[in-house]
Amino acid sequence: MITTRFTTPTADSFKPAVFWRLREDIPPALSALLMGLSVLVPLAVWGLIASLGVVNAKFLPSPLMVAQALGGLWSEGFLLGDTGASFLRVAVGFLLAAVISVPVGISMGAFASVRSLLEPIIGIVRYMPAPAFIPLLIIYLGLGEAPKLALIFIGTVFFNTLMIMDAVKFVPKELLEATYTLGGRPGQVLFQVITPYVIPNIIDAFRINMASSWNLVVVAELVAAETGLGKRILIAQKFFQTDEIFACLIVLGLIGFVMDLSLRFLMQMTCRWAAN
Amino acid sequence: MHLEVNRLYKQFKTRQGPLLALEDINLHVETGEFVCVVGASGSGKSTLLRLVAGLDMPTAGDITVDGASVNGPGADRGMVFQQYTLYPWMTVQKNVEFGLKLQGVGASERRDTAAYFLEVVGLKRFSQALPKALSGGMKQRVAIARALASRPKILLMDEPFGALDVQTKETMQQFMRELWRSTGTSILMITHDVEEAVFLAQRIYVLTAHPGTVQTEVRLDLPTDRTYRIKSTRGFQNYREDIMDRLRGQVSVAVQ
Repeated sequence: MITTRFTTPTADSFKPAVFWRLREDIPPALSALLMGLSVLVPLAVWGLIASLGVVNAKFLPSPLMVAQALGGLWSEGFLLGDTGASFLRVAVGFLLAAVISVPVGISMGAFASVRSLLEPIIGIVRYMPAPAFIPLLIIYLGLGEAPKLALIFIGTVFFNTLMIMDAVKFVPKELLEATYTLGGRPGQVLFQVITPYVIPNIIDAFRINMASSWNLVVVAELVAAETGLGKRILIAQKFFQTDEIFACLIVLGLIGFVMDLSLRFLMQMTCRWAAN
Repeated sequence: MHLEVNRLYKQFKTRQGPLLALEDINLHVETGEFVCVVGASGSGKSTLLRLVAGLDMPTAGDITVDGASVNGPGADRGMVFQQYTLYPWMTVQKNVEFGLKLQGVGASERRDTAAYFLEVVGLKRFSQALPKALSGGMKQRVAIARALASRPKILLMDEPFGALDVQTKETMQQFMRELWRSTGTSILMITHDVEEAVFLAQRIYVLTAHPGTVQTEVRLDLPTDRTYRIKSTRGFQNYREDIMDRLRGQVSVAVQ
């Protein structure tokens, strides 16, 4: 008797031969199914535990309660306001870091002199945890927006710079020499060969360090803020509204995910040549 | 005399002390001539080409192109590397245009020149493709077109077919022969492949190692119209074996 095989992501797909393919693609249908499960299983487990009542709903609100809290935050206008406040801080702080780290990182990669001058100090400062600067920043800059932006800046500028520097060091020497034999001058090599070559690495560095600035904005808001998702979480804690805390956490995760996807999309649009 | 290399020495500093890579190299390339330098590994043949390109400076001696001293790299000496050196973010056409762009040539002239040389290397169809879509042989043809687009006085080639498979290599050799005949460009090419050198060149310098010196110069008396069939003729084989023997003699000396 003949049976059809490998048509749908059924039991066959889960055979070790397919599931454990080392560094190989799996059927698209199976991939989609597993990606769906990745989100749905934790959601289902959460829903199950909450509905069984083994944990007090005050501590573990059900998904439905969290959705209602989210709706509440939305209708009161807090969701948009707080998300906007946090997002704006990340955007400005990160942009400042990017404006500094791109030219400095490229210079450090391109010129051994600049590298010798800056690498030791950056190497030390980047291991000082950014949140440890908060008290100092508050003393210097007060309680407004400035210390929050400064925190995000400090937390991302050094890593960004070093990652961009490394990317420049990996530009093949032959590519630079080929440019010289075509009549290129050093300035042209720097701006027309090295810089475009590392753009995909710069976007990658942005993606990775964007995650830490998203971390730091919440840290800053938990310490001292009038608005922002971190502040909202702190208020919710005071009133024991765990449903609102869950709602804010989910929003934080989703926004980070969307930012990551947008940078990947930007990479695909601008650097088609670097895609696999 | 077109390219002239006089009493050239190159010494490198190493941890074990100074290492003489090239000793008293004298060679020349006439206008429109195709010259190959063959040598075993360690003969400093790539170093020699880098000096001619101006990418490294000699310890002593001088290099002149049409009487002008070489002090650094320049577009008058186009270079094709063994590694693929196309700009991965530029289309094939932009790659070929790039040398002209660096020199400040206007957009429409760049386009026309690139189109012409892409036609010459037979890749016009691929002008809008990215380098990653090309095979190894095609990439090298683009690199050759890119070097030629700046109208160099001489084309320097450093084992340009070293990374290609045997079939592609043979096609590229045939292509190179035809390209040289149709453009009349002067070419100085480095290779370790004796057969390749005999097939392509009019004259061959045989380099021996430790330190690299010109052991002999061979003028090839072979028909100008060459196809791969020439490789099995008596005359071709004699040249090949003669040069191989000279290189082998060197190897056994080195082993002793």
